[in-house]
Amino acid sequence: MAKNFKGIAASNGVAIAKAYLLVDPDLSFSKTTITDVTAEQARVDDALKAASADVEIIKAKAAKNLGADEAQVFEAHLMVLADPEMSGAIKQKIADDKVNAEQAVKEVTDMYIGMFEAMTDNAYMQERAADIRDVTKRILSHLLDVSLPNPALIDEEVVLVSKDLTPSDTAQLDRQFVKGILTDLGGRTAHASIMARTLEIPAVVGAEVATQEVAAGVTVIVDGLTGDVIVDPDAATLATYQQKAADYQAQRAEWALLKDQQSTSADGKTFVVGANIGSPKDLPAVLDNGAEGVGLYRTEFLYMESDHLPTEDEQFEAYKAVVEKMAGKPVTVRTMDIGGDKHLSYWKLPEEENPFLGYRAIRISLDQTEIFRTQLRALLRASAFGNLWIMFPMIATLAEFRAAKQIYTEEREKLAAAGVAMGDVKLGIMIEIPAAAMLADKFAKELDFFSIGTNDLIGYTMAADRGNDKVAYLYQPYNPSILRLINNVITAAHKEGKFVAMCGEMAGDPVAVPVLMGLGLDEFSMSAPSVLQTRSLMKKLNTADMKVLAEKALDAETNDEVIALVEAAVK
Amino acid sequence: MAQSKDFHIVAETGIHARPATLLVQAASKFTSDVTLSYQGKDVNLKSIMGVMSLGVGQGADVTIKTEGDDEEAAMAAIVEAMGTEGLAE
Repeated sequence: MAKNFKGIAASNGVAIAKAYLLVDPDLSFSKTTITDVTAEQARVDDALKAASADVEIIKAKAAKNLGADEAQVFEAHLMVLADPEMSGAIKQKIADDKVNAEQAVKEVTDMYIGMFEAMTDNAYMQERAADIRDVTKRILSHLLDVSLPNPALIDEEVVLVSKDLTPSDTAQLDRQFVKGILTDLGGRTAHASIMARTLEIPAVVGAEVATQEVAAGVTVIVDGLTGDVIVDPDAATLATYQQKAADYQAQRAEWALLKDQQSTSADGKTFVVGANIGSPKDLPAVLDNGAEGVGLYRTEFLYMESDHLPTEDEQFEAYKAVVEKMAGKPVTVRTMDIGGDKHLSYWKLPEEENPFLGYRAIRISLDQTEIFRTQLRALLRASAFGNLWIMFPMIATLAEFRAAKQIYTEEREKLAAAGVAMGDVKLGIMIEIPAAAMLADKFAKELDFFSIGTNDLIGYTMAADRGNDKVAYLYQPYNPSILRLINNVITAAHKEGKFVAMCGEMAGDPVAVPVLMGLGLDEFSMSAPSVLQTRSLMKKLNTADMKVLAEKALDAETNDEVIALVEAAVK
Repeated sequence: MAQSKDFHIVAETGIHARPATLLVQAASKFTSDVTLSYQGKDVNLKSIMGVMSLGVGQGADVTIKTEGDDEEAAMAAIVEAMGTEGLAE
């Protein structure tokens, strides 16, 4: 009898499918002495050929799912596998040292990896070391005759089970086959969870024992609404969950009717409900779900998914594609937010004791101004093609905002002098740091809008890392301390006639939305699949009632008390 | 008679990623030996790892030699690959 367990509900919906374990197999081997050199060399040729065949399939899948550009990296893997110098060195080693193929492959690839990793001034080459590692694993898997899992090779409906999913793992997922996601690690706000919601794949994360309890090929139910995981269900349980999955689909169909409607409360106050994106590829979901704008365009993915600092033209094309497709609806672009847990393979940031309290986001932009100016020029040029707003992340002080605005103004003037067409651009800041939230009245006089990033604001206010299980209880979005900071920003902004958006997870949270409506938040921006659910909720609520709720919530003592107040007010 | 030609790399990113891939692909189509020389080091232009290990950046001057039965055709293909990618002049 298989054991059932529970994790964190990270992406809505119910998935029922066979488990596919994405876990690295054992690739260990021992060094042996061989006598038949020719036979051992032939094993190398066979393994290289088989590895190339795998990569060809992965490449074709990636090209189909993600586009030709994303498939380029696999082209590099193929060339490594076909490299005559590398295969020559491996075979030479077998002949000279009389070692087994596994050992020869390891020694030669280690030599290349070491050589590339030693080029510390060239991050691009350091990244190629990772490519060679990847390719080496694949060659060894064929030599050892073990199968290497790869999400791109999945060709039947599955629930993907793994320890953790990196953003690049999730990028390779084929929506057609991956019906659900189940991981040992991670929280609701981890990148993998956000991606799962964007792709509308039901997910349960942080289930701790998933990779131990679930065997490959066993049917598993992942309930992304409650976090429940059922392994090898009996017929009755299966029927219950099939009904639940169908009900959820029906609910979504009902929400879909709201796609072209405005987000208006029962008593006639209209809000803006927008969606968050990481790249132009996310736009179909934004438009399908009827979002009224892009409230957060995370530009760091442009930097993270490239193998070099993206050039002005590369950035311009991406920004232009987004504002054009949104056809006049506002697109709020956040300038580069690198640092913290977001790294670039080709540009090593200094090691820090406390990366989240260190060199990140606007702090880097104001220090490396050429990188910042390049991004601002690309944004300004793109502004001619739609309705573009720019916001600066991690602003703590007025001086930082003024410095960023000064650089923006200089670039704008230079482009204007060169006769480049530009649109009106609104300038704002992210509210993530309590210091800026407290001084919102002063900021409000100098900018056009605020956007509250709740994940970081909660983290910095409670001084707790949302990814650390031991202190995860401090992630309390409804704590009155957080609500008061938000209220302070909204009140200060409205006094100056300025606009306030929220682009964190909280903006699409059914418990938070009623309170935020009462506080008078102007725009709610969330992952695209939450848009219609939120609009549906808004239509049922009276802002007058929600104002009363918000007053009570601000005066409450605890997170739980606020949840109880919301439950009482929203039946 | 071996072929030899000098190139001045103008591409902003130098020879890496896509450009390196295309050069190696072009060279690999021929039986002739193809060598890339940069700063006194010679590598096999059919070896992606060899090419990348040189770390050729923007503004570099490199020499390419082809030697073998199809050396002229090989050189022509490499000149074309350099041109279409805007890599060198």
